[in-house]
Amino acid sequence: MATVNTVINGMLNRPVNPTGLLSWITTIDHKRIGILYGTTAFIMFIIGGIEALMMRLQLSSAEAGVVSPEVYNQLFTMHGTTMIFLVIMPMGAAFFNFIIPLLIGARDVAFPRLNGFSYWMFLFGAILLNVSFLTGGAPSVGWFAYSPLTDSTYSVGHGVDYWVLGLQVLGISSLAAAFNFIVTIVNMRAPGMTMMRMPVFVWMTLVVSFLLVLAFPIITVAITLLLFDRMFGTTFFDTTAGANPLLWQHLFWAFGHPEVYILILPAMGIVSEIIPVFSRKPLFGYTVVVMSGVLIGFMGWGVWSHHMFTVGLGPVADSAFALITMFIAVPTGIKIFNWIATMWGGYVRFTTPMLFSLGFVAMFVIGGISGVMHSVAPSDTQQSDTYFIVAHLHYVLFGGSIFGLFAGFYYWWPKVFGRVLNEVLGKISFWLIFIGFNVTFFPMHFLGLDGMPRRVYTYAEGQGWEFWNIFATIGVFIIGLGVFAFLQNVWHSHRHGEKAPADPWDGRTLEWSVSSPPPEYNFARIPTVKERDAFWHYKYTEDSENRPVPIVRGAAEEPEPEPGSIHMPTPSYYPIIFAAGLTLIAGGLLSHISVSIIGGILAVDAIYGWAFEPPVEPSATDADGGH
Amino acid sequence: MEYTQDVSHEYTSTGLNHRKLLMWIFLGSECLFFGSLIATHMINRGASDLIHGQSPACLLDIPVTSASTFVLLMSSLAMVLAVNAVDRGNIKNLRIWLFLTALLGSGFLLFQVYEFNLFVDEGLTIGTNLFGSTFFTLTGVHGTHVTIGVIWLLSVLIISFIRPQMFIGNPLNVDLVGLYWHFVDIVWIVIFTVVYLVGSFGVTCAG
Repeated sequence: MATVNTVINGMLNRPVNPTGLLSWITTIDHKRIGILYGTTAFIMFIIGGIEALMMRLQLSSAEAGVVSPEVYNQLFTMHGTTMIFLVIMPMGAAFFNFIIPLLIGARDVAFPRLNGFSYWMFLFGAILLNVSFLTGGAPSVGWFAYSPLTDSTYSVGHGVDYWVLGLQVLGISSLAAAFNFIVTIVNMRAPGMTMMRMPVFVWMTLVVSFLLVLAFPIITVAITLLLFDRMFGTTFFDTTAGANPLLWQHLFWAFGHPEVYILILPAMGIVSEIIPVFSRKPLFGYTVVVMSGVLIGFMGWGVWSHHMFTVGLGPVADSAFALITMFIAVPTGIKIFNWIATMWGGYVRFTTPMLFSLGFVAMFVIGGISGVMHSVAPSDTQQSDTYFIVAHLHYVLFGGSIFGLFAGFYYWWPKVFGRVLNEVLGKISFWLIFIGFNVTFFPMHFLGLDGMPRRVYTYAEGQGWEFWNIFATIGVFIIGLGVFAFLQNVWHSHRHGEKAPADPWDGRTLEWSVSSPPPEYNFARIPTVKERDAFWHYKYTEDSENRPVPIVRGAAEEPEPEPGSIHMPTPSYYPIIFAAGLTLIAGGLLSHISVSIIGGILAVDAIYGWAFEPPVEPSATDADGGH
Repeated sequence: MEYTQDVSHEYTSTGLNHRKLLMWIFLGSECLFFGSLIATHMINRGASDLIHGQSPACLLDIPVTSASTFVLLMSSLAMVLAVNAVDRGNIKNLRIWLFLTALLGSGFLLFQVYEFNLFVDEGLTIGTNLFGSTFFTLTGVHGTHVTIGVIWLLSVLIISFIRPQMFIGNPLNVDLVGLYWHFVDIVWIVIFTVVYLVGSFGVTCAG
């Protein structure tokens, strides 16, 4: 049972040193929140994967009857929504949470309670979205939810409402997290950690956070207007009332394309950390890699209409967006060359994280090239709404983002859990996922060029699509085996894994200078940074031919903290209460208004309770510092 | 590796306070939020169904709205003076100016309630036509922001009575509500210009 020492303050007794389940519910430790994010997102990854598997089974043969057309529509809608909002984004957030404070030499994020709130909003939003399966049908309008299909005339039932309200809740979660990470990165760097000494992953997180801060308000407005149309009889998307028929598409993709970079830039950051470590070389062209990431962040705002080449914007708009789309391949290509140049002449170790990073580079190049093909508007007109697009986007988001995130799992696992993952099982999982991924998605290029349309629940016999479809379905099972091998590895490591040393990979950045797993306060003393790759230069010097030479030092360099000198933030109930209140407000719109009122009361109560409790309880510092 | 011996609790890399930086980023996000709503209104300009045989923009009463805009601008002046008072450590003046800011903000909201009622009496509701949808949503969302601001101002005012020591030498809590309040005012200037002034431009109305 949980034991609680409390401090009386405001409306609820504050948990000071909670244990057990309560310690997780009230936690505001960035490392624990990171683990919560990662675990939840992985469960959603399994759910989204099962949805994909059911679609592939339905498509494995012509006119199969595995699922009904209605269910198929729900599956592809929820698969896209889940993988984007409930898997890739929160997995990125898991790494932001756990790793960023360690990389910049900080003890926590700038707003620990806001951080807890972000996680709970994410969890509740994920639940709200998926509850729709149990209450009469999930949304079935695609993850992009084009109007007028989403009007109450055409989408009867609550599916679209669940989608809208789920995204509202998730949007608040993402915005709160992005505010938090910008302030953390800008304001909480260790002394000497100038912007251009920050690890690339920190830079990419900063860019992603700015994209989130600026892109999410747009989708928030779009789904609010849609909600008003469905609930209050407004006519924002009603073309019979004179509404602009393209308004939804513009609002959606003005958010949706920056969102694509929100999904890929964290993976690019992770890979930029891993490749130098396993090449024993600093990242080639650090400044250029950072600036290309920033440039992608800027240019990402000018390409959204390439999702709309077939709606008839006219030759001028189409040409402009085609050109910017081609240009955005330049900073992306620069990064690819920099990763390759980093490996060139290096002492390359093919560990599992390195394999996933190399897989990322190779697969992302394929997805990137088919992306440039789409930038050619006439060619895109042919490929639009075919499986070619499905192939392209999975090479970018699975071959890109998911491979990068898996690389991160394998790379930082020893740091996060203090146990080493098995390399043999790791390599098996890599090869299974890599082969399965290509077996599944490469044939979709052929299917698309052969004219197979996407988002259609079946196809007639005799069009020559049967072979590649069954081929692709087999690939899903191979991916599944690979993911199973990863889970087996996790289980094995949990039961029998070796204890991880502080620095298992001969790392370059500050997180490897502390124990695995790190102490609650991260750094006993805040390090002073003098150059990039601070920890590497602490360990090595260079001889006359620029070869690294280890520096011999005495043991126990890192001092113990003075008792009571570190003031860690105190756990709090309010993040989860506030998140629950806001989610109930949304839930009430789907059920009964009284639920919204209860949620509103909870939320207001939590705001004031939150504002009046100090981040650190003065009487609790001894207990925390010595934790 | 060298370690910094004493990194105090308040240390930040830029010297900016965390919460102040957060507020600036939040306001940046709000710009895109209001920008999308204003764009939604503008993109449908002139496309709406008529009301009483003429453009719904004919319902806009620019003299009355100019008065309410003036009231809101004066609330910003009161807000500046509240921040000034807390900077000087003058808690009594802080309370006076906070109260006046909230009062003027409430006055603006009363104008909005009056305007909304008038429009509904004229037959324009949020579901009547495109103009009604975009107008009520945009100005309603802005009014909600003002309402939250008034509640926030009154909360700070009440705290200044319960725990006045919180404000001695620490203007941050007033600064934050001030930033928010000025932002909401600036948004209104844009809405007034775009929806009312530009919106009525070139529209012919009977009578």
